[in-house]
Amino acid sequence: MVPTNYYVILSAILFGLGVFAFIFKRNIITIFMSIELMLNAVNLAFVAFSQVWHRLDGQVFVLFVIVVAAAEAAVGIGIIIMIVRNRQTLNVGRVDILKL
Amino acid sequence: MTAPLIVFFVLAALAVIGAVSLIFQKHPIHSALSLIVVMIALAGLYLLLGAEFVAAVQIIVYGGAIMVLFVFVIMLLNAGVEEHTSISKMAGPAGLLLVIALAGLVAATIVRSTDSILGTMQTGEMSSPSGVSKTLGISNMIFKDFVYPFELTSFLILVAVLGATVLAQREKS
Repeated sequence: MVPTNYYVILSAILFGLGVFAFIFKRNIITIFMSIELMLNAVNLAFVAFSQVWHRLDGQVFVLFVIVVAAAEAAVGIGIIIMIVRNRQTLNVGRVDILKL
Repeated sequence: MTAPLIVFFVLAALAVIGAVSLIFQKHPIHSALSLIVVMIALAGLYLLLGAEFVAAVQIIVYGGAIMVLFVFVIMLLNAGVEEHTSISKMAGPAGLLLVIALAGLVAATIVRSTDSILGTMQTGEMSSPSGVSKTLGISNMIFKDFVYPFELTSFLILVAVLGATVLAQREKS
């Protein structure tokens, strides 16, 4: 059987890679995808701990996280379409209307 | 090395390779395909953990709905290869430092807790190993213990649908 530690370490690695992608990517759609990667990493930790404690709360929470991620994707993609329509770019470096 | 451990390492390697590929691909459509690989690998890990229902939802909602939405928008907006800006030079060292600090913190916590409950307990040995009863338990929790959050979820989705419609509609000129 697989020790729970392995799952948690994999979850931490995936979350770190998500943070890395969030900071380094310039494309707004890819930044959005890195947020989904981080949510997935958290879901893995939830399911792993749910198995440790022999309780289903973690799996129910994963379902809620997935619902929130779906809602977030819908709204976020609306925002992305708005940005592209107004500024004709997907590069976050060029979306600097609040910059002094 | 037992069979579950081998399956775990294969799926974990697939997930990490997909995540690294997401970072280093220049074209957003390649990043999206890498993310689909990560999600399918994670669905396999959920199956390995004995969470069949979550694995199915992961494939249907994440791999199906959300990623199709992403690919659809990438093609709709005709997104090209990522361009570099001057801002990435400033964000580089700071971001790397932040990521290393985060990874170090998580690793330290995991290493410290190895001797306690996490290290001794093994996964995959549920008291009720039958998948049907586990899905039954999830539905019981959602519709009994978590019924208010569940109803709030439907409200959240309604707000998200309205918000997306309002944001994406063309302005009348």
